[in-house]
Amino acid sequence: MADGNGPGRVTLSGVVLAFLILILILASLYLFIAKPYWFPTLASVHGESIDSLFGVVLIVSGIAFVVVQGLLGFFIARYGQNGSERAAYWHDNPRAEAILLIGTAVILTVLVFMGQRVWASFYFTDAPADALVVQVTGEQFAWNFHYPGPDGAFGRTDNSLITATNTIGLDRNDPPAKDDILVIGQMHMVADRPVKVRLRSKDVIHSFFLPNLRVKQDAVPGMGIEIWFVPNKSGAYEIACAELCGLGHYRMKGALTIDASQADFDNWYKEQLAQQ
Amino acid sequence: MPVLTEDRRDIITPPPVLPGHGGGGGSGDSRAFPVSKYQIALWIVLTTIVMLFAGLTSAYIVLRGVPAWQNIELPSMLWPNTVVLFLSSIAIEFSRRAVRKNHLQAMKTWLALSGILGLGFIGGQIAAWRQLVNAGVYLPSTLQSSFFYLLTGLHGLHLMGGIVALSFVFYRALSNRLTAFNHEPLKLCATYWHVMDALWIYLFLLLLLS
Amino acid sequence: MDDAHAAEHHHPQLGFWRKYVFSTDHKIIGIQYLITAMAMAIVGGLLSMLMRYQLAWPTSLSPIMAKIFPVAFSGGIMEPGFYISLVTMHGTIMVFFLFTAVLTGGFGNFLIPLQIGARDMAFPFLNALSYWVFLLSCIVIFSALFVTSGAPMGGWTAYAPLSAVPQAAPGQATGMTLWITAIALFTASGLMGGLNYVTTILTMRTRGMSMMRLPLTQWSLLITAILGLLAFPVLLAAGILLLFDRMGGTSFFLPAGIIMNQMPLAGHAGGHPLLWQHLFWFFGHPEVYIVILPAMGMASDILSTFCRKPIFSYRMMVYSMVAIAALSFVVWGHHMFVSGMSPFLGSVFTLTTLLIAVPSAIKTFNWLGTVWGARIRFTAAGLFALGFVSLFVSGGISGIFLGTSAADIQLQDTYFIVAHFHLVMAIAPLFAAFGGLYFWFPKMFGRFMNETLGKLHFWLSFTGVYAVFFPMHVLGIGGQMRRIYDPTQYMFLVPQQPVNVFISIAAFILGASQLIFLFNFFGSIFGGRRVTEYNPWHATTLEWSVPSPPGHGNFGVELPTVHRWAFDFAVPGEKEDFIPQTVPATVQAKH
Repeated sequence: MADGNGPGRVTLSGVVLAFLILILILASLYLFIAKPYWFPTLASVHGESIDSLFGVVLIVSGIAFVVVQGLLGFFIARYGQNGSERAAYWHDNPRAEAILLIGTAVILTVLVFMGQRVWASFYFTDAPADALVVQVTGEQFAWNFHYPGPDGAFGRTDNSLITATNTIGLDRNDPPAKDDILVIGQMHMVADRPVKVRLRSKDVIHSFFLPNLRVKQDAVPGMGIEIWFVPNKSGAYEIACAELCGLGHYRMKGALTIDASQADFDNWYKEQLAQQ
Repeated sequence: MPVLTEDRRDIITPPPVLPGHGGGGGSGDSRAFPVSKYQIALWIVLTTIVMLFAGLTSAYIVLRGVPAWQNIELPSMLWPNTVVLFLSSIAIEFSRRAVRKNHLQAMKTWLALSGILGLGFIGGQIAAWRQLVNAGVYLPSTLQSSFFYLLTGLHGLHLMGGIVALSFVFYRALSNRLTAFNHEPLKLCATYWHVMDALWIYLFLLLLLS
Repeated sequence: MDDAHAAEHHHPQLGFWRKYVFSTDHKIIGIQYLITAMAMAIVGGLLSMLMRYQLAWPTSLSPIMAKIFPVAFSGGIMEPGFYISLVTMHGTIMVFFLFTAVLTGGFGNFLIPLQIGARDMAFPFLNALSYWVFLLSCIVIFSALFVTSGAPMGGWTAYAPLSAVPQAAPGQATGMTLWITAIALFTASGLMGGLNYVTTILTMRTRGMSMMRLPLTQWSLLITAILGLLAFPVLLAAGILLLFDRMGGTSFFLPAGIIMNQMPLAGHAGGHPLLWQHLFWFFGHPEVYIVILPAMGMASDILSTFCRKPIFSYRMMVYSMVAIAALSFVVWGHHMFVSGMSPFLGSVFTLTTLLIAVPSAIKTFNWLGTVWGARIRFTAAGLFALGFVSLFVSGGISGIFLGTSAADIQLQDTYFIVAHFHLVMAIAPLFAAFGGLYFWFPKMFGRFMNETLGKLHFWLSFTGVYAVFFPMHVLGIGGQMRRIYDPTQYMFLVPQQPVNVFISIAAFILGASQLIFLFNFFGSIFGGRRVTEYNPWHATTLEWSVPSPPGHGNFGVELPTVHRWAFDFAVPGEKEDFIPQTVPATVQAKH
């Protein structure tokens, strides 16, 4: 069938496919550089390290993406067959493979270590002592927020005391519970003050998602999970559920307000206290 | 009409069956592979069974650590029953040794004994379950009781599969189709049986040493 | 032809039912798997069209939809429960009943004996049984769509307690039980198949077919089968525990104190929801490699054939597949970074996950190395193999973001994940499957598929899949969660709603363009141009040395002898630009 050794031919199919790959590369460059749609507004300290980690990975993988797709497209365009040409017979290059293997491993290892520093800053450090502690309980389909009262202590909760208005079963007879605050669907915190969240669930797995703060943690029944973070941009944001939890998963949202000052927060706090 | 297989080639005579390695390796194609396909198949089956119980074991180990774990008193029947299963394993091993020396009558006797002891084990497990029920311990009573019924039940099911296989082998033995040079079914059945015995001892220890 | 007549007495003429329906011939069984999986693909695809309709226009009333689906679209708007049932069934059907079935069941069955030089599988009856159990599992999962209380709603991942408590959501009662049953049956079918594949490939290779002369398709099928045998039993274990929690009152996954529908769930204590996730993903991660590995193997062989050039570094291709398979057992925790699992484990899984990217990268470089200096024949099959490479690169790279656990915090359970797994687990394997169908169709049916329609199918599909799935990365970055019935409920998601509309329209076009394939496939079975030669693609592997389609027993009176590897393309000094594996080594016997 083929007996010559002519150069690769540029063929119509090859050019069209290469062109589509080029469009892919350009579209991805546009999406990831011009960013017509991007992360929600950043509002936390930890979130910044996540965003910059994402940025580093984006650059590394973006380069890899463009180079690999680009080479693929170039080869497709360049090495078509239009007659009796023969391909090159080489099919091994241990040195090149070794270099590529080690290079890839090194780059990925560096990414692992960079990522681990960010990871450790969330999970392997404790919240500061002055953190605002909130107990968050997910249920089908709402977020319940339990703030300690002015005494700073959380009251006892008991599932048998759950009612329509007392959704987490707070035992008001327990002395520390007398001044506790229960709010449904609304969370307040103060800019630049650390927040420690104790996450629980009443029924199935939910996921406490604060998109603007880059916070996400599954709420698992039978577990009490603690996370902490530092909000730093005042404003009104949204809370979402990020783990399929049933029919109302899509509407399991909450309103997050980051108060600009402790005073603003205290105003809200006093309001809630009065309504308990 | 879809042309799926042309009958023109139905005229091919399969190549003659070569003397198999260990009795029946492959469908007559000349095989350089040293292990028969039935042996490989058996090891694969055993691997999947091990993985099934490995998954259940990891669940057991994880839940063993929760505060709500409560040990149950294992039914006394399990001790003699373990001996019964162990004896049945010895019996099938004797059967295999017998056939290798062409003592066909001894092979059949030991095989039958193994089967009977195997059935006895199943009966014993049912008796053990009865003991638990009488003590008021049911499937959902505690975590360990749930695992107990589940693990012994699954093991029993797999052993019953072995008993079915054993009865097929026994039938072959009775029809004198097992010889010193050609007894792969018995060999495979014995391997399966020993693994079921080892599995039982493992499960028993797991339940015991919690 | 005296042998012929003699043999005719050995093999009596089989009736229609024994020959084409209840056959134990691996070729028929393979085609049965393919067609059944295609039917499931149509169902799964239609479900996704409904999902995309909802996501693009979540609040629009549609009297037409209300007419077609009076219960699901009561009042003209889709019911939220129907939506998450769609999500669950789409995922379940596609992962198991399409991809696992078509690649291992369909191509595996058809190709293994042919490519290794055997007459059939090691256990033909067991092979047939595996198909019929598979068909049964398809019927069971299909029936879950019609349960009055609702199809299952737990996602294909069926996390407990949502899946363990029947009253947690409407579809979680009968629907969920049917789901578990279907998966258990599928597992049984898969284990039977896997047993056959491993035994056959190990013990029934023809003379000269050493392991390192196997086509990459065969290596991938062998490794995949081993993965399945190790992983599926763990899924079965999880399913059994789940079934007992649902029906036996046990507490494997259910802690004390659950309040469901305002009422306490009595009688449970000590169970751990995360246990389900660990067991499921211990299976689930190998499962995604069970899907992609045969695709890689097939795409590699098809790519090499249409590049008319040996695959670059065959040895490393084999080793990397083995490495991927081995590592696949120690990365499962990357699905659980924010699950409540110990953060220390999270660190460990990050390391192993990024490690598994290395052999995948090697394979990508090798595909590039194959195309470099090639002489590409742009047939439909070749185009799909090339498309596979591009799609795998795209999907694989998004995995790097997700493997770095800290970045995964923001991206977990968003459309970034959806984009990643569709590209790498659904679309890339789909392209490999299409490539395989165009490539092996002549061998299966003795006719060609229409090349022009095939190419059209490729151009529309390649553009379409990128149009659908690439923008999803952006949706995920923007924070759109998975399995969300109505993204516009959230103010922060409303600005990117146009992207959802774009994706949906692209999805409809992509879905419609698959009709071209279906028309081509089924039309060509009956009316395609007949194949007159054994080896129309000038390939090298053993299936191309026999008639199209091969007869009963595959090879002639004597089994073939293999003298070389499967990649002697463009060998210098040779008259032809390819040398089949059966040609004795006169010039070069390097392999």
